[in-house]
Amino acid sequence: MSTAGEPAALGEGVFEVFAEFFGELRAAGVPVSTTEVLDAVEALAHLPLAEREALKLGLAATLVKQEAHWRTYETLFDLYFSLRAAPAEPGAQTLTAPSGLPEGSLPSASELSDLAYRALLEGSPEAIAALARAVVARFSGIEQGRTVGPGYYAYRALRQLDVDGLAERLAGDALEAGGLEGRVLANEYRQRLELLRSEVQAEVRRRLVSERGAGEMARSLRRPLPEDVDFMHLSREELAALQRAVQPLARKLAVHLARRRRNRQGRLDFRATARRSLASGGVPVEPRFKSRHRSKPELWALADVSGSVAAFARFTLQLLYALSSQFSRTRAWAFIDGIDEVTGLLRQATDIAEAVRQVNTAADVVWREGHSDYGHVLTDFLAKWGKELTPRTTVVVLGDARSNYHPIEGWAMAEVARRARQVFWLNPEPRAYWDTGDSVLAHYGAHCQGVYECRNLRQLRRFVEQLS
Amino acid sequence: MPSELDTLNVFASPQSVHEALRKVGYLADNGTASVVFLAERLKKPILVEGPAGTGKTQLAKSVAEMTGSRLVRLQCYEGLDESKALYEWNYKKQLLRIQAEQVAKGVGETWEELEEDIFSEPFLLARPLLEAIRAADPVVLLIDEVDRVEVETEALLLEVLSDYQVSVPEMGTIKATQIPFVFLTSNNTRELSEALKRRCLYLHMGYPGKQRERDIVLAKVPDIRSSLAEQVVRTVQLVRSLDLKKPPSVSETLDWARTLVVLGVPELDADVAKQTLNVLLKHSSDIERAAKELGTATG
Repeated sequence: MSTAGEPAALGEGVFEVFAEFFGELRAAGVPVSTTEVLDAVEALAHLPLAEREALKLGLAATLVKQEAHWRTYETLFDLYFSLRAAPAEPGAQTLTAPSGLPEGSLPSASELSDLAYRALLEGSPEAIAALARAVVARFSGIEQGRTVGPGYYAYRALRQLDVDGLAERLAGDALEAGGLEGRVLANEYRQRLELLRSEVQAEVRRRLVSERGAGEMARSLRRPLPEDVDFMHLSREELAALQRAVQPLARKLAVHLARRRRNRQGRLDFRATARRSLASGGVPVEPRFKSRHRSKPELWALADVSGSVAAFARFTLQLLYALSSQFSRTRAWAFIDGIDEVTGLLRQATDIAEAVRQVNTAADVVWREGHSDYGHVLTDFLAKWGKELTPRTTVVVLGDARSNYHPIEGWAMAEVARRARQVFWLNPEPRAYWDTGDSVLAHYGAHCQGVYECRNLRQLRRFVEQLS
Repeated sequence: MPSELDTLNVFASPQSVHEALRKVGYLADNGTASVVFLAERLKKPILVEGPAGTGKTQLAKSVAEMTGSRLVRLQCYEGLDESKALYEWNYKKQLLRIQAEQVAKGVGETWEELEEDIFSEPFLLARPLLEAIRAADPVVLLIDEVDRVEVETEALLLEVLSDYQVSVPEMGTIKATQIPFVFLTSNNTRELSEALKRRCLYLHMGYPGKQRERDIVLAKVPDIRSSLAEQVVRTVQLVRSLDLKKPPSVSETLDWARTLVVLGVPELDADVAKQTLNVLLKHSSDIERAAKELGTATG
């Protein structure tokens, strides 16, 4: 608060740190423009530099314009600033204060486990943060000069604390409470454990940064932004985050595909023109046109759910699920070497996890051996559903076109394309791998309006935007 | 209360913004207070993004109340255009003016003079953006649900947001006499353009934490017992952790709390919760899902 009001005197050194911080944000992929950097610097003059939290939140408003980038920002901010404000050795005095331990000594393992249980029961974020500091001090065993990632130390500390045991104990307590209260408690305990985990990780980073320097830590922590993560290598957590991002995108895709063509006139309406011409003495001054038949577009999505694209398939199903909840004229198929319609399954499922389970268990997607066979899938699709394809149908195929050297049957794709309004192919493989080995994309792609590489959210977004 | 001086550095710190907002009945979190403080200092618009019903629009209203300003609101929708957002010529009035001219022929006005006359202030219909720019009194401009307009229409806003001015070809540029507080809200149904984002401070408003939501319930539902408020909020937080089509918003939490108070429920249990879930959730599949989650422990 003291620095608010008059412009803060940014020392040369401080400014350097900020410049490095902005650079690192960019390096991590957060789009920070020059204007935004200028805004941030201007904001610094008004923000209370001594209050870390206010500084963090205020600065974020000028730099981070997407919620998905917040985590990257927060981690980097912590590396560069909060850690310097904290005492280099936050051992004794910080952890004893809230947790009530004897001064100066580290708690023993059993004491700490007890302490952890109580802190988690009580659940205040401060107590959990203090606990995390104590746990890291006691268990992580950070060694000078060893180049081990922070994840390793956090993992070790949490294992020695026996978090899983704690989680079980708390879950047992919640079950005992029973009823609504029990349910609520179980959820709260889960969230607190999650908080403890992330606090421990933050604390490890904090300790390592004093040894290794913020820049190096930032580089070692650099992870792709949510929209750049390859669909094939999604972690569980990222998949959950992706789901939120897919929702608006699915809506947009549905809107684009469903958009009725406006401003397009149909053929000349001779009768109307003749009638109209009577007003001008038989001279057809103003031609009339038949209004076009309003088409009701449909979206058909075919998704490969075979092993080679397993991770991608989870994502595709998310997309299909989101689409079918947005857009009633969406139909979905899943295939491996057989193909089955899953529209109903997706529509019945109350959430995505159930939808995936349903598709994996109930859909009849294996014909012979459970390895992709695009040729058979396409002919089968054409035979069973081909009659329902109309010039209003947009078909989107999601798959890698790796057909395990089965017959290609390109004619089937051509026939699908002939009957449908348009066909798009989204491939989760890098472009460089297309048409290598058993990939026969070119044979199918030739009949598509467009073939797109679709390995991350950014590419998917580009595809959707380009449709408009 | 509001004076010329007031609009200039009213707040000493984010903390004082927080307190001022509290006085008008808005419980802000730290991020909100910081961003409002900063926006006031940097004279920049705030883009508030987040799910529906988390108090985005209310924030703008509260800031207006707090600073004693008038709220000018532009509700966005698909198909919004210049004539509805910026200004429009009142052509009926212009026509009348020309006709009146013809009747009173002989006064001797040339066409140029007439043209100058009919394209002037009295014939201009100010729409929200122009109104906010021209206002002599302090205003808060709220551009609500900006994600609903098309990308092309977004460009309309850029001039207003960065330079606080509006260009009317016939009249020249109208500059703001005082810089209004601008809020843009978005439900994130689509990605806004970089150009728009660059001009704004960004504030993401998510669902509140347990403590803050309880405070909100206690403040807005006067007759509620604090133990019930606590239960309501904790249950809502559990429901939000489920994978729902539409997680309950703060306003729905409040509706639920009010319902329970009206029903005279002393304490929330699984049965009562299940029976009243339809106040909290609006999709039948969500209700089913939540009922399952809340109920299994009793059975």
